[in-house]
Amino acid sequence: MYTALGLGTFTILQGCKMKNAESVVTGNAAAKAYVAPGQYDEFYNFVSGGFNGQVSVYGLPSGRLLKIIPVFSVFPENGYGYSEESKPMLNTTAGQVPWDDQHHLTISLTNGEQDGRWLFANANNTPRVARIDLTTFKTVEILQLPNSAGNHSSPYLTENTEYVVAGTRFAVPLGEGDVPISSFKENFKSTISFISVDKEHGNMDIAFQVVLPGMDLDLSRGGKGPSHDWFFFSTYNTEQAHTLLEVQASEKDKDFIVALNWKKIEEYVKSGKGKKVKAEYAHNHLDEETQQAESKIQDEVIVVDHNELKGMVYMIPCPKSPHGCDVDPTGQYIVGSGKLAALIPVFSFDKLTKAIAAKDFEGDYHGIPVLKYESVLHGEVKKPGLGPLHTEFDGKGFGYTSMFLSSEIVKWNIETLEVVDRVPTYYSIGHLCIPGGDTKKPWGKYVIAYNKITKDRYLPTGPELAQSAQIYDISGDKMELILDYPTVGEPHYAQGIAASVIKDKSVKIYDINKNKHKYVTMGEKKAKVERNGNRVDVYMTAIRSHLAPDNIEGIYVGDEVYFHVTNLEQDWDIPHGFAIKNNPNAELLIMPGETATLKFVPQKAGMYPFYCTDFCSALHQEMQGYMRVSPKGSNVPLRFGIGETAPGVAAK
Amino acid sequence: MKLTRLGKASIIVVILFLATLWAFPMWDIQLGAPQYPDGLSMQIWINDVGGDVEIINGLNHYIGMKTIHKEDFKEFVYLPITMMSFMALGLVVLLLNRKRYYYIWTGIFVVIGLVSFYDFYSWLYKYGHDLDPNAPIQVPGMAYQPPLIGYKKMLNFEALSQPHVGGWFYIAAGALMVFVCYYEWKKSKTAIK
Repeated sequence: MYTALGLGTFTILQGCKMKNAESVVTGNAAAKAYVAPGQYDEFYNFVSGGFNGQVSVYGLPSGRLLKIIPVFSVFPENGYGYSEESKPMLNTTAGQVPWDDQHHLTISLTNGEQDGRWLFANANNTPRVARIDLTTFKTVEILQLPNSAGNHSSPYLTENTEYVVAGTRFAVPLGEGDVPISSFKENFKSTISFISVDKEHGNMDIAFQVVLPGMDLDLSRGGKGPSHDWFFFSTYNTEQAHTLLEVQASEKDKDFIVALNWKKIEEYVKSGKGKKVKAEYAHNHLDEETQQAESKIQDEVIVVDHNELKGMVYMIPCPKSPHGCDVDPTGQYIVGSGKLAALIPVFSFDKLTKAIAAKDFEGDYHGIPVLKYESVLHGEVKKPGLGPLHTEFDGKGFGYTSMFLSSEIVKWNIETLEVVDRVPTYYSIGHLCIPGGDTKKPWGKYVIAYNKITKDRYLPTGPELAQSAQIYDISGDKMELILDYPTVGEPHYAQGIAASVIKDKSVKIYDINKNKHKYVTMGEKKAKVERNGNRVDVYMTAIRSHLAPDNIEGIYVGDEVYFHVTNLEQDWDIPHGFAIKNNPNAELLIMPGETATLKFVPQKAGMYPFYCTDFCSALHQEMQGYMRVSPKGSNVPLRFGIGETAPGVAAK
Repeated sequence: MKLTRLGKASIIVVILFLATLWAFPMWDIQLGAPQYPDGLSMQIWINDVGGDVEIINGLNHYIGMKTIHKEDFKEFVYLPITMMSFMALGLVVLLLNRKRYYYIWTGIFVVIGLVSFYDFYSWLYKYGHDLDPNAPIQVPGMAYQPPLIGYKKMLNFEALSQPHVGGWFYIAAGALMVFVCYYEWKKSKTAIK
């Protein structure tokens, strides 16, 4: 009897399993994400790499990985950070930094819409901003930021890409940092760098840095339309804690969104105000003609203290350590996402300007006027879910907010603030992305969730798992999951753009006649090896299916040998690779018409084969050669050649 | 006997048709292979060779085919001179206004046409057969002569050869002249009657 009861209970318990996620995919989801072989995706999706320091490029809606663009981390597979041309890109005032933490991306804007010219990327750890050229998908510029640490609220843009901003997450002492940590309140400051962007070429420069009281600047967005002149930054740790922030920076009920009138600050600085201070930072630039990156150390920035900026900086109270700070497509609403709050406050730009005019302040924060919460508030989204982080927009009057704790996306009406739909994500969503969803003109067709935790979603791969993304179709009233796929790196924010804006401008080859590389070899007949002391320059050419010269003798142990390999091909998708046995360096991938340089310092005498590493042709396996390395001081003469000109061949 | 109005008008038309040779290519050779989904093409002009010549040259070395260079073709100098002279001759025929000269003019065109086609064919033959004996890829008995006109498959490449706009106008000019000769001859017979 008891046994029967026990079994019965057991059966009931077995029968009451919690609902699992599998049932969520419905209808023709697979067909919606299916892009037939040979067909192109509708959108490019540029996804931050997080702790891999790179940017990955996916196609939407297929979720196919198209490319990884090396930005802040070395990339041995194509020589980025190893070739002599690219090494200076990763130079900083602390020397060569081989890695960074890449969080956010923004595609350049014209009139608040994506123009598809450049992609900006932030480096969180060693504060930097990079610019990627979207015709070549190559990193062409990296600018280091002084007086900053944890460059998190970056690289967000003003409406016409006048400025890229970079706000410091860690408040730090300006200049020399050798002060007691406990002197946070007096010595630590937060800075926001406004980086100007040349309209034609995109070249960046730090125009000025705004110095704010010490706190953590988290995320930011430029205004749009009516709020064009403004920039908004979310903050936390306005408690100014310097230890155990988990508790101490969560004490206050409200932190702030900082509202800056950048237009007025720009005028103020242009009128000669602001202070030039010593600050060293690296500015690295790839010259696309010479194909050589150069790193310059700059030594001065203009700083302007918030105390001087009366009427240009205000604080909007925002509940519970806000994270996301997003501006809707009309430029009228600013959404703050208090990551510990149970509601989402939406602020009105109209009300903000009125409150400023009426001096509707509730006090000040280290001299910055603090506006009254209620006077700036458009309204609150009630009970949206738990842990709101980021909001994107579909251009049809709805906001989509990611909920980290309750692991879902919540769709809500911006005007009425009503929640209209919600879908689960797998699991613990961080950022989300609607192509163009942060601009004036969203392509409101899909929303992509980027998740921190994968757990049981894919075949297990040991303790370290991939992170994941899900694509939802948002063209109807209900969000509909259409694809779930693992990602590389650790995606934070992402950008999506209609493929049509970019794809036809994509460069296929580099014109060899425009190759101004210092060590270019214009044709196989000019291939040669030159010795100058212990430096040896090999002017090498690569064309299907040989490297010239492919026999080299007279190299000595300890020589610094530079292989300048020019790919003579002028045909699309015919790269050549180059690698040397035992070279404690990476390899090169050389695109058609390009020259790249690999350094090798042989440590032992012997025979060093080298070869093409990119399967280029039917005779790729034959694309190989030898370098003979002799002991230092031996009298083997420098000789080189290919075929009939190879050393020792003609003599026979 | 004098030319009809149609005959005179046709001279102008022929000259205009032939003038298109400086505006459009004469011949178009298209190549396709799995790894060239968009295809490769080569256009032969009256005085030049255009299109993906460099890429085709890059591929030719596998089979030991000679690379194509504009400088190798004396035709690119002679052919424009020949055609210019022929067009000038047309103006002379128009001024002299005699049927007999029109017939001769047409005869010259036919000769130029036949010689050109033969010359073109022999170039194609030469490229297709005169292969480097040390070429990496050697298929016994294989030649790589593209068709003068029409389609042919050679290893992994398919070739399609056909007139381009200039070529069609050239052909049309020839057809027009032959037709006008016939017309003039008919007219002269009825006049005698």
